[in-house]
Amino acid sequence: MAFTFAAFCYMLALLLTAALIFFAIWHIIAFDELKTDYKNPIDQCNTLNPLVLPEYLIHFFFCVMFFCAAEWLTLSLNIPLLAYHVWRYMSRPVMSGPGLYDPTTIMNADILAYCQKEGWCKLAFYLLSFFYYLYGMIYVLVSS
Amino acid sequence: MLCPSLAALSLQSSTPEALRVVNLLQERNLLPPGPIPAPTPCLPQDLQKINCNPEVFRSTLTSIPQTQSLLNKAKLPLGLLLHPFKDLSQLPVVTSSTIVRCRSCRTYINPFVSFLDQRRWKCNLCYRVNDVPEEFMYNPVSRSYGEPHKRPEVQNATIEFIAPSEYMLRPPQPAVYLFVLDVSHNAVETGYLNMVCQSLLDNINALPGDSRTKIGFITFDSTIHFYNLQEGLSQPQMLIVSDIEDIFLPTPDSLLVNLSECKELVQDLLKSLPNLFEKTMETQSALGPALQAAFKLLSPTGGRMSVFQTQLPNLGVGALKSREDPNQRASAKDIQHLSPATDFYKKLALDCSGQQVAVDLFLLSAQYCDLASLGCISRYSAGSVYYYPSYHHAHNPAQVERFQKDLKRYLTRKIGFEAVMRIRCTKGLSIHTFHGNFFVRSTDLLSLPNVNPDAGFAVQMSIEENLLDMQVVSFQAALLYTSSKGERRIRVHTMCLPVVNSLSDIFAGADVQAITGLLASMAVDRSVSASLSDARDAMTNAAIDSLASYRQSVLTIQQPGLLAPACLRLFPLYILALLKQKAFRTGTSTRLDDRVFAMCQLKYQPLAYLMLMIHPALYRVDDLTDEGALNINERTIPQPRVQQLSVEKLSREGAFLMDAGMVIYLWVGRNCNPNFLTQVLGVPNYTAVPQNLYLLPELDTAESQRTRAFIGWLRDQRPFFPTLHVIRDESQLKANFMQNMIEDRTESALSYYEFLLHLQQQISK
Repeated sequence: MAFTFAAFCYMLALLLTAALIFFAIWHIIAFDELKTDYKNPIDQCNTLNPLVLPEYLIHFFFCVMFFCAAEWLTLSLNIPLLAYHVWRYMSRPVMSGPGLYDPTTIMNADILAYCQKEGWCKLAFYLLSFFYYLYGMIYVLVSS
Repeated sequence: MLCPSLAALSLQSSTPEALRVVNLLQERNLLPPGPIPAPTPCLPQDLQKINCNPEVFRSTLTSIPQTQSLLNKAKLPLGLLLHPFKDLSQLPVVTSSTIVRCRSCRTYINPFVSFLDQRRWKCNLCYRVNDVPEEFMYNPVSRSYGEPHKRPEVQNATIEFIAPSEYMLRPPQPAVYLFVLDVSHNAVETGYLNMVCQSLLDNINALPGDSRTKIGFITFDSTIHFYNLQEGLSQPQMLIVSDIEDIFLPTPDSLLVNLSECKELVQDLLKSLPNLFEKTMETQSALGPALQAAFKLLSPTGGRMSVFQTQLPNLGVGALKSREDPNQRASAKDIQHLSPATDFYKKLALDCSGQQVAVDLFLLSAQYCDLASLGCISRYSAGSVYYYPSYHHAHNPAQVERFQKDLKRYLTRKIGFEAVMRIRCTKGLSIHTFHGNFFVRSTDLLSLPNVNPDAGFAVQMSIEENLLDMQVVSFQAALLYTSSKGERRIRVHTMCLPVVNSLSDIFAGADVQAITGLLASMAVDRSVSASLSDARDAMTNAAIDSLASYRQSVLTIQQPGLLAPACLRLFPLYILALLKQKAFRTGTSTRLDDRVFAMCQLKYQPLAYLMLMIHPALYRVDDLTDEGALNINERTIPQPRVQQLSVEKLSREGAFLMDAGMVIYLWVGRNCNPNFLTQVLGVPNYTAVPQNLYLLPELDTAESQRTRAFIGWLRDQRPFFPTLHVIRDESQLKANFMQNMIEDRTESALSYYEFLLHLQQQISK
């Protein structure tokens, strides 16, 4: 069993994906709280907005790592999500701080529904990625 | 009135008037002679009699589709337009120890509930069966027992409750008014300060409130000035704070003082304020820090902040840059900079909303002021925006008169504080988008720090579950507010509409004016979030899709031409009017602030005044007669016929009045009847008509009295004051007058007939 750089990448990705899954679940709960009038949109956006850039940067960090480890298949699976993150952040409403969610528009049913769907899709993607990295790590460890 | 579906059952089925087929390409005279009434919902007589007044609560479709797929087929938007705090002449007020509400959905009891027996009632929104409380069995109006359905709450669709203490989060706040005034050199030049101070002095006893009313003043240029008005001082004391990076309040109290105790000091200040800054040479304006200071002052109590600004704020936090490119004003493509440049004003508005402070903005400037960014301060704090472009005390007397009358209305109109509004609908319907000035605090709760009688709101709805087994659905808007006298009140409006399941019934119940109003709000949102050309296309497609759906699904006999049901015959005309409206037009030079203000008005004005701005009313006034005149308060008001907006209808031999909501134009033809010139305008001939006439002389002739009675009647119908401009051929305002001729062709827009041909072409594709 050779502990290559690729194996190290997969291990780190595994840990960080756990964090991303946690973020996705936090988002889903937050939007559900908004929908059921449990929380004020201003407070909720102030909690959610600081989480957005860290999530995107963590995912970007994965992609760089996989690029350095020459794991092309894994990288190509993550590139669409990277592009989506870039697009999402570019088309965010005008705001001075970091973040995507504007308390004046978030209660709009279309936007809320979109954010909820986004949360669920991301959760599914990160879960699948988690198992994929697990498989990838074992494969890389065993096959060298 | 027979429902269309009932009419179809009769042996000789005749289509009701609303579904009469109109070929728009052939019938040219579509406008009715007078104002267009709201359509009546197709309900049984006893329900319709007690239904909510359409001036308060109106739906785009007076017959609600049974399923979402049916609504999608009709291609018409479903929504409600409300004017909940409208000044009403008759408002039943109920003081009751128990306010009867449904146990599960918290709907207030209303005329459309059903009583199962004398002790139980069924909610019309969630169908839960509730018990009638003991106190409710007694009717105080008729002093009888055992008839709960005769109580005023169940007999009136619009009612106001005096709310007990469970409805208060804190003791009701007093009326608190804070005036934030720009005193830079530019501001003093325009002379607005004299008008504001004079208006306040005149109306100081008419400000809504009681003995607890508080008032305060802040002026600002490059520094912020506070005024210590403590009782006992011989004269007001000005305190200047020049550290605008870190604003603090110089004294803990006596900046906001009790009005009745310190009235002389306040009056002294108002008399001396214009003179204090007469010689100022300050050109910078620190609006952001001034707003922060004002917010600090008002946040303990909440209240109303009135901000007067005459230039682009260029100092301190929230400073704005001039983004408008004058060469792009007449751009035929997209218009940039419709969204805010910074979120400072939006964030401050949200903070204000949290502390129950509303900010009203008065913009009196000749240059670009980035209203797109500044307007946010009012939009999310339930304030209102007033705009007086090129205001000047000497050069623009028409604006001065308008400002004065608007200020009087603004200072003396009814006001509600720390309000929230909730709109509920029958199970199966849900509201997904809100339009208007407020903050959406949760899925159906709107936070309104101030509620005023001139604000309109709109909501869009969707049908989540099919409305099977329901004959009618109900909507309820409940507004909980603190009156200026410190009483907590709830104003409840309930409306009931029938449910239908055929497409022709939906078209028969379409309310073309409400549909236009809702589309205008939707288009404003689309212009800001996507682009202006997207919004324009969406509006045209609304007309195309709905008429195509009518043609395919409702019309039994296919005829050539552009066919529409009679109730929607004005729809293409209104869509064309919207496309040529200042907010959405391209190709004609429009200042960016004017455009943004037009967009603000489209979202803020209640429907009745909105329709006048979209489609002005044109009358011929040189031959007014008493035929068909109205008799109101012993004055005879002539009722000339509404004309189409086309130069074809103008005539050199006549004089025409155009009522465009905020402004009234009186166009005098070159060969106008000399009788009109002498008897109404008081001049011997056409060349003697003054250039900037904005007041009709009060002559003692029958024609002059008729004309002034008519104009006065038009003006009385709305709370704001429309300026009057008398226009000759060479007048500068002639271009504005001609731009309202919607049915004509211009270099950048189609004529009405060409637009109809375009629609027909798109429909037959």
